[in-house]
Amino acid sequence: MQHTESNPMQPEPWRVSELARETADTFTLSLQPLGRKTHREFQPGQFSMLWMFGVGELPISISGDPAAEGKLTYTVRSVGEATKALVSVAPGQQIGVRGPFGKGWPVESARGQDVLVIAGGIGLAPLRPVIYHVLRHREEYGRLVLLYGARNPRDLLYRKELAAWGKQKDCQVLSTVDYAGMNWRGHVGVVTRLLRYARLQPLQTVAMMCGPEIMMRVVGRELINRGLPAESIHLSMERNMKCAVGFCGHCQWGPHFICKDGPVFSYQDIAPLLDKYEL
Amino acid sequence: MHTLETIIADHPMFAGLEASFIDLAVGCASNVRIEPNAYITREGEESNQMFLIREGRVALEIHAPARKPLVIETLGPGDIIGWSWLVPPHFWRFNARAINSTRVIALDAKCLRTKCEANHELGYEILKRFAPIIERRLEATRLQLLDVYAAH
Repeated sequence: MQHTESNPMQPEPWRVSELARETADTFTLSLQPLGRKTHREFQPGQFSMLWMFGVGELPISISGDPAAEGKLTYTVRSVGEATKALVSVAPGQQIGVRGPFGKGWPVESARGQDVLVIAGGIGLAPLRPVIYHVLRHREEYGRLVLLYGARNPRDLLYRKELAAWGKQKDCQVLSTVDYAGMNWRGHVGVVTRLLRYARLQPLQTVAMMCGPEIMMRVVGRELINRGLPAESIHLSMERNMKCAVGFCGHCQWGPHFICKDGPVFSYQDIAPLLDKYEL
Repeated sequence: MHTLETIIADHPMFAGLEASFIDLAVGCASNVRIEPNAYITREGEESNQMFLIREGRVALEIHAPARKPLVIETLGPGDIIGWSWLVPPHFWRFNARAINSTRVIALDAKCLRTKCEANHELGYEILKRFAPIIERRLEATRLQLLDVYAAH
């Protein structure tokens, strides 16, 4: 859904209501509206442009529950000056918000099917709304399988929720890390290795994945090998988004603008681009 | 009832193999239970067995001086432990430790190598089944090497 009710280029002030540390460098912040609007709908997979006054603007995926009224939630990893500023905010501080923007995950067309969510690192953040949505409409979907990879056990996001989701009916949640010490009793290895434990019916499954591009490239190939049709595989891409409405061209990727044609794409439509060098 | 024949024939490593080849493998096999935290292989030791995991989880570890041991991969049901038994001079290249109570089929590597040498069709079938495993693990190792989740 595009942001059409007001000028999409004009940020609206929102107030930081909560800031929670997820890992050493990743935080989840919740915002509440200051203007006349008390609620802003979004589709799982959409993103906002967050404006830190005096610092700059960043595209950040919405990581909260789509059904939560009067609140927008984002999970941000501090990797540069702007994100460092964003995770240094204090409750009560104001942030400018534009959006939500972009095409989200195909949660509507996935009804009646099993949902396979594959996430790597911070890539779990844009997929969390899908999980909330499926769990909220449990009877409308088949099995929910979440395969999640992180660098090490300390970098796993939403650990309490992972444990809780795994206990839900018809849910399978598996996490793995690239490296671990001797005390870690979970899986170690890249996220593709978890696919052998996933209880899936390939022709009745919709896969949604987000993570480092090379991870998605490898996972996409592996899903095809396991019999998932290319049109049932979806992934979220990331590029340097500026205007967020397809004007500026900063996020152009081949023939696509990530901000308005994506960030979620069908693997069928973009698989050849994933193999192109320096695109 | 699960016999050694059915267990081996059902394991992904041997699934679909001719019955006569399964019989040859069974002649080299035994059922083994491994206690939690016990080491199944140790780096540098002679690789006289290969293992088919039936239950449990196994950590592959590497040790480096002045560093804590690092778990680089975990294996589970349907996986195999090691191909050092196939590659001369047949020494383990890593430690394998049972994370929890683990059940494996241990195959006597010398016995299996002898049978593969005597019956090249069996040897080729075994190699065809190991090659994709090695390829998948090599790709996984390359991805780990890229450290894709690090802040670049």
